[in-house]
Amino acid sequence: MSSRERILGRVRRALADVPADEAPLVRGYLREHGRRSTAETVELLAENLADYRAIVHRSTDGQLPELLMRLLGEHGSGSVVVPPELPAYWLEAVDATRIHDRAANTPQELDRVDSVVTGCAVAVAETGTIVLDGSPDQGRRRITLVPDHHVCVVRVPDQVVSSVPQALERLDPTRPLTWISGPSATSDIELDRVEGVHGPRTLEVVLVEG
Amino acid sequence: MSGTFVGMPAFPEAARTAVRNPTLRGNLRHATHTIRDKRARAVAELDDWAALREAGKRIKDHTLRHLDRYLVQVEEAVTAAGGTVHWAADAQEANAIVARLVKETGESEVVKVKSMATQETGLNEALEAEGIRAYETDLAELIVQLGKDRPSHILVPAIHRNRGEIRDIFRSEMSEWGRPAPEGLTDTPAELAEAARLHLREKFLRARVGVSGANFMVAETGTLVVVESEGNGRMCLTLPETLISVVGIEKIVPKWQDLEVFLQTLPRSSTAERMNPYTSMWTGTTDEDGPRTFHLVLLDNGRTDTLADEVGRQALRCIRCSACLNVCPVYERAGGHAYGSVYPGPIGAILSPQLRGTGSEIDASLPYASSLCGACYEVCPVAIDIPEVLVHLRERVVQGGPAVRRGNRVVLKPARGHAAERAAMRAAQWAFTHPGALRTGQRLASRTRRLHPRTLPGPGRAWSGSRDLPEVPAEPFRDWWQRTRGGKDGAK
Repeated sequence: MSSRERILGRVRRALADVPADEAPLVRGYLREHGRRSTAETVELLAENLADYRAIVHRSTDGQLPELLMRLLGEHGSGSVVVPPELPAYWLEAVDATRIHDRAANTPQELDRVDSVVTGCAVAVAETGTIVLDGSPDQGRRRITLVPDHHVCVVRVPDQVVSSVPQALERLDPTRPLTWISGPSATSDIELDRVEGVHGPRTLEVVLVEG
Repeated sequence: MSGTFVGMPAFPEAARTAVRNPTLRGNLRHATHTIRDKRARAVAELDDWAALREAGKRIKDHTLRHLDRYLVQVEEAVTAAGGTVHWAADAQEANAIVARLVKETGESEVVKVKSMATQETGLNEALEAEGIRAYETDLAELIVQLGKDRPSHILVPAIHRNRGEIRDIFRSEMSEWGRPAPEGLTDTPAELAEAARLHLREKFLRARVGVSGANFMVAETGTLVVVESEGNGRMCLTLPETLISVVGIEKIVPKWQDLEVFLQTLPRSSTAERMNPYTSMWTGTTDEDGPRTFHLVLLDNGRTDTLADEVGRQALRCIRCSACLNVCPVYERAGGHAYGSVYPGPIGAILSPQLRGTGSEIDASLPYASSLCGACYEVCPVAIDIPEVLVHLRERVVQGGPAVRRGNRVVLKPARGHAAERAAMRAAQWAFTHPGALRTGQRLASRTRRLHPRTLPGPGRAWSGSRDLPEVPAEPFRDWWQRTRGGKDGAK
């Protein structure tokens, strides 16, 4: 007998007391917490991102190229990873060396890059979370992991939802998903939160209107 | 379940040693109190917490009650998404599967994400015996591995270490395993985290095989979820070419939507955060992004035996948040090592004796490692009634009875060392069913009350050593009632 059959057999014997049909699940919890205007939801996102040490910027679409130039400049970035379909104008003012996200890039190469700029799939206001789904404006998972500085552009209010339930509704489970809430952190020393372990130690989020 | 700490004494002995260690008690008190208050605040932010807790309980219960169906569904979904599914009936089989898969890649080292399942199976030791080196990459697991130590907490395995001890371990041990600790390393948490970053980065960048567990598997989509903080999880899940995930069969949730409950309750319960820094979700393999080969090893190792117990099976709802450890007065004083298992604290006291059986001295003693205060049940985000299961397991230890071990129905013998308890209970049963004898006995006890000892003799000595014996009243209650009709006539 294979282990598969053995385990499934044990499960079935263990559940001999369980009737075949049972009442469906009642979801008595809320779809979102509190009532907010769209502007208030965006404001909450900004607050919660900042609460977990992400650096939050506001910008219009027109100001974005200049802002990104400034952020990379202030970080002293000589090189930046660029997802395949990042809108070209975002980086038009940036003169850092562009490293294109390619399958052939090695982790060691990415480790020598200073920054990465991406879009996102959705942002969750109640938890201060941005979610990446590997779309062409976000690139492979590793490009937002190995470089030490991640700048993520969120289109507000279109890409912002209030809650975790609303975020899951928008996401496609067949895509590789990364939920990011602030820069890398740990609670492993005396259960106290410290920012900055293996992921990017600086996370900047740009909320772009228009 | 292997991963038993060999030669582990029963809980009371181990705890007695632990409570005499002032450093350990200080470290635990500091850490558990810090997180307790923070968790309460994080939970209070959600005014539907009770409803989320109830939904989490029901989703998990429903899954467990139809686990055969969902296991087959998850297997189909993972396979359809490009993964390969393996089934492991016990720890040994799981370790053998992983060792074989690693060898097939031609590699002799793996990077690991913190995983309770592989701690439980003793995977690192099993790989070592096959010539494969496993590097733990979670900061706390790294501290435990470098310190040749044992984990003492589900979420923070090195909770028993304070910052000064961690610095000393890094300074003396890191060079053995790779990049040494930076010169002049101090004990500030930020510097210690930086030292871990530098030490592990070279390992991540060259890693070809990653080993993980998972917090959840979604049956309908075949999606696996790993919830973490540091980014070591993302490193292990995305940089290697081959990913092997060892996951307990109880980790399934039926639907994608079900994650909306646990992604709200787990981070707040474990690290007291609205959301943990990183959550990775992957479904099979993705072209040119992340590992090209994905193996899922479904682990039983005592879970189906636990499932067969109608009272005890609720322990399988556990999502490993460790909130119950952080509020437990016994855990806070005795520490995690005394529980003799990778699952310490209240949840460990009901999980270990079910996964491993109550045969060993330590496992038979674990259901007693509690004052039954119920704080663990209060904070549990899936409402596991830990005190109920503790009492149920105490009964099993003392009385024996039917159980399932390794898939077979067995009748357990009463454990040794509980003869006095059994005799006392039998005597009580006889007395309560013989009113005449009870009355005579009570009157005799009242009249001789001045002669009663303050401690029990013989086998009762240990029991009364830490408890006051109840004082016998001058007149038995029933006599008083008969005489006064409950004090109605104003009589006393």
